[in-house]
Formats: sequence, C-alpha cells, structure tokens
Amino acid sequence: MAEAAAEIAAPARRRLPEWAVNAAIAAALLAWPLLADAAGEPWWAGLAAKAAILALAGVGLNLALGYGGMVSLGHAAFFGIGGYVAAISADAAFSGAGVLGLPGSDRMLPIWLAAMALSALVALGIGAISLRTEGVYFIMITLAFAQMIYYLAISWPAYGGEDGMPIYLRNGFPGMDTNAPLDFALVCLGALAAALLLSWRLTEARFGRALICARMNPLRLATLGMEPFPVKLAAFVISAAITGLAGALYADLNGYVSPAMLGWHTSGEIIVFVILGGTGRLFGPVAGAVLYVWLETLLGGVTVHWQMGLGLVLLGVVLFGRGGLIGLLCGARRHG
Amino acid sequence: MAEAAPVLEVSGLSKRFGALIATDAVDLDIRPGEIHALIGPNGAGKSTLVAQIAGQLAQDAGEIRLAGQEISGLSVAARARAGLGRTFQVTSVALELSALGNAMLAVQARASGLWGFWRRAAADRRLIEPAMAALARFDLDGRAQVPAAALSHGERRQLELAMAAALAPRVLLLDEPMAGLGAGGVGPLSDILEGLKAETPMLLIEHDMDAVFRLADRISVLAEGRIVFAGSAAEVQASALVREIYLGTA
Ligand SMILES: Nc1ncnc2c1ncn2[C@@H]1O[C@H](COP(=O)(O)OP(=O)(O)OP(=O)(O)O)[C@@H](O)[C@H]1O
Ligand SMILES: [Mg+2]
Repeated sequence: MAEAAAEIAAPARRRLPEWAVNAAIAAALLAWPLLADAAGEPWWAGLAAKAAILALAGVGLNLALGYGGMVSLGHAAFFGIGGYVAAISADAAFSGAGVLGLPGSDRMLPIWLAAMALSALVALGIGAISLRTEGVYFIMITLAFAQMIYYLAISWPAYGGEDGMPIYLRNGFPGMDTNAPLDFALVCLGALAAALLLSWRLTEARFGRALICARMNPLRLATLGMEPFPVKLAAFVISAAITGLAGALYADLNGYVSPAMLGWHTSGEIIVFVILGGTGRLFGPVAGAVLYVWLETLLGGVTVHWQMGLGLVLLGVVLFGRGGLIGLLCGARRHG
Repeated sequence: MAEAAPVLEVSGLSKRFGALIATDAVDLDIRPGEIHALIGPNGAGKSTLVAQIAGQLAQDAGEIRLAGQEISGLSVAARARAGLGRTFQVTSVALELSALGNAMLAVQARASGLWGFWRRAAADRRLIEPAMAALARFDLDGRAQVPAAALSHGERRQLELAMAAALAPRVLLLDEPMAGLGAGGVGPLSDILEGLKAETPMLLIEHDMDAVFRLADRISVLAEGRIVFAGSAAEVQASALVREIYLGTA
C-alpha cells in the first residue's frame, strides 16, 4: 500500500508503455535464435531455447507468486515431474515396454499433455494442503513437499536414482526437426507464447480479478461472496502445469533428467526469474530469465562465483526496484 | 400494526477474548426499511459484533439468523452470498484495481459466471454497466478509472459502500462509514444512506451523533459488550444512563 501510494505521489517519470516493452522483448527473443542460426552459431540458438524454457517455468510460477501472492518454494517439483515424464515416456517408447500400462511416446505433444496433467494433479494435492497455511508456513510446506519428491526420485533406481536418466533422442514435434537448435528454440518459443497468452487472458478475466483480490485482501473477496481458497488453488494448479511443461522441454534440451531438477535450488532459481523481471507482470519472468541466462553466460565465463554477481543484482532489485526490470521500465503495475 | 419480520436477528450472542467479554449475550434485530444505529464508546465491542455476524469471527454462543435462516455455520463468503453486505472500519478495497475494477469485482460475485477464465473482464458489459450504476449512486462515476490507491480517503469509503451496495444485499452492516469524511462529506453520505434504506436496511455503527440522530430509526447502545439501552433517537437523547456512559465520555 505504501509502495503504491509512493508511486503515485512521486513526480511523473518518463515511463514506457508496458505493451511496447513486452513487444520489444518478444521480438528480441524471436530474433535471437534466427540471427544465431543465420550467423552459424547453433550454440547461441540453443541458449535462446534455454532462456525460453526458463522463462516458461517463470511464467508458470508468476501466476501463483506474482498474481496470487503464493510464495511457492516447491515449483521444482513440477519442473522435475515434467522432466521425468519426458524422460520416462521417451524411454518407454524406446524400449517398447510402456509405463503403467500406457505405451510410451517420443512425441512432444502427448508428453506435454502428460507432464502438465501429472504436475497439475500433484499440485492439486500439494496446494489443497499448503494453502491452508500462509506466509512462512506456506513457503516451508511447499519446500517440504518438493523435497519429498526429490528424495523419492533419488531412491528410485528404476529411473536412475541419483544419476538421473538420459533421453537418447530428442522427442519429436510435427513439422520440426527438433534436433536442429533453431527448430527446437522455435518450439520452445511457441510454448512460451502460448503460456503467455493463457496467462494474459487468465489474469484479465474474472478469475484474474478475483485472484488479485485474493492476494491483496482475501477477506475483502470473501465479503463479496467469493471464496479465496478455490481461486488460489486453481491458480496454483494452472501455475504448476505450466512449470511442468517447462520441465518437459528442459529435459529435451539437456538430453537427460536428474534429481537436481527437483531440488530446492531449482525452485529458488525460478523465483529469481520472477523477482528479477517483476512479480505479477506478464513479461516479468521472461525478462528475468533472459537476464539470468545472460548473466550466467557472461559472468559464468569469467568466474565460477558468478552467482555472487547475480546475488548483488537481486539485492538491488529487492531494495530499490520492487517492480523488477519491468517495473523499472514501465512503473508500478496496474490492473484496470 | 404487525411488525415486519426482522431481516437480521441476533440472539444471545457472546464472545470472550480470554478474560475480556467482548460480546455479552447480545440481542439485536434489523427490520425491513430501517436504519438501526449501534453506538457505544471505543472498545465497546461494536466491530467485534459485526465480525461475528459477518462470519469473520466465530461466536462462543448465540444465534444469527438472516431472513429466518441460521447462518452461524456458514463461511464469510457464503454469508455474503446469502445477502449480508458489509463495510469495514478500516477501509478495505483492492488498491491495485481502479474504482471501476473494484465495483466490477462486486458485481461479478452476483452476476452469472463467477469463473471466467478467458473473456476480458474489462470489456464485459454485463459487469461494467451495473458497476458504473453502483459508482454513480455514490457519486464516484467521475472517478471510475482512477486506481483505488489514488482515491482520497473519503472516496475509498464511498467506493467500499458502492461495492457493498452492488451486491444487492438483504442487509448492510456499516462500521463507521462517516469516519474521516470531514464535515462536507457527512451530509451527502447521509442523504445517500437515507435513500438506500427502503431497499436495504442497515446496521449503522457511527460515532458522529448528528448523523446517527438524523438517520437512525432505532438506536442501540453497546457498552462493555452489552446492549445497555435501546430506543428511538429522542429516547436516547433523553436518557441519563446513555449520557453518563456514552455521551458524557464522548
Ligand atoms: N482479536 C482480538 N483479540 C483480543 N481482543 C480483541 C480482539 N478484537 C477485539 N478485541 C478487544 O475487544 C474489545 C472490543 O473491540 P472492538 O474493536 O469490537 O470495539 P469497538 O466498539 O469497535 O471500538 P471502536 O469504536 O474503537 O471501533 C476491545 O477491548 C478490543 O481490544
Ligand atoms: Mg470498531
């Protein structure tokens, strides 16, 4: 409240319209792999795919964290579940053995559906329990659930245990050669675009209005006759499904999954994308993930302690620019 | 003439906070078409009483009936859907939304299709038109696009009232709606409430005694959790007891 009031009291600074900044980010993200490919730099096209996938994970978390105020330190669970679904499905298709009586698949579309469905289902359970708590307790309980799944993966030898498992051949997508870095990057960007469209419509719709109110003032929402709990739970589940989809793509990017995808580090990184870019801003996680990937690439080449530099940037964002990168460029967030 | 059945009826309501008895066997009702004022010194338990009626706090004992139905087991949201409208002593609106956005949120609770996942709310005329009407009723239609965070204190109070009224509740519980409005704001708001009471009876908690005496059809006086006096404005003004415990200290 103080933040919003200060924003209004401050003399009007030149701000860029948010849609223009978003459009510029989208155009740059699309140009990135195209230019890299044209310049004969497939590694840079692959990096664009990585940025798109991490952004996708962040777009998922942003629904829960940014719009719904649910600080989940457990989204690695959904990221990892998506990854394991991709790897297990590809493995089952490769060996012809199937899994749980279902045939495996080495096609991305059915894998994505399965990854999103399983992430959503697990999120329904985790959310139904975690959302009965608030604040630090919510953070800790989502972390605890994710750690349970992490240890489950480690102790399950059939799926590689601590070593994880490989995906020998990148899963396929109709009309695309997913092994080509440019094609794969475009598939990832397509998934990101779809998630952004969904996220935009959701948050502008009645559901999004109710969610924003549930974050800021749940009693106000209840006083209007709407229960905050199911609104938040639905947002949590959709959020998890999107992050699960990102996990499936991430497994294909790397050609393997490991329990590290499920670890709390991963949850922390996804939170960093969102905060860095601007919580509750449509393109916040995209800006955050791109910045993260560049910092990692540029600073990581110079020093293994690059995360310290990241930490300083993050500290700056939290202390001085509560709205993250998007907030810096466009000012405080507004929802009609 | 037979009295109309009360819209809201509270009986034997009690609530303790440790050793403190915040609500002490309170009986209270609100009848169609009336403004029932609840007055009493600071800390008397007025807000606590409203919180119990609205379902924010669970009572220790007693019953709450809305249109004859016991509502004690219902959640805050279910009570709101059953027809209980409420405003808070500390203004409570969604600051990130515009005045119109807030009013639309109130309308969407009542309008069909609470769960819209795709259609843009800002372009939904089924929300905009009733929301604008609610704002206009409280003289806020000129401020519809202003973010709630940028509204003045008085305007936010009006917005909250507009949201409560937009629910078309059976009864309204207003916790100090005039507080902080300033001399210029009390008169117009009193006019609005007077115009509203025929369709929506109200429980009015208010410290502004001129407004209370002007608006209230009945007045109950709460002190230390108990109703110590109930009567008309004239009876309250004439009561030595009330003067002693309330007006004397005010
Ligand atoms: N959650 C709580 N826990 C403990 N005591 C409480 C709680 N809420 C209120 N009280 C106490 O109950 C008493 C009644 O408070 P309440 O807010 O209902 O008074 P009020 O009549 O609304 O006063 P005011 O005119 O100042 O708004 C006060 O003594 C208050 O300190
Ligand atoms: Mg009070």
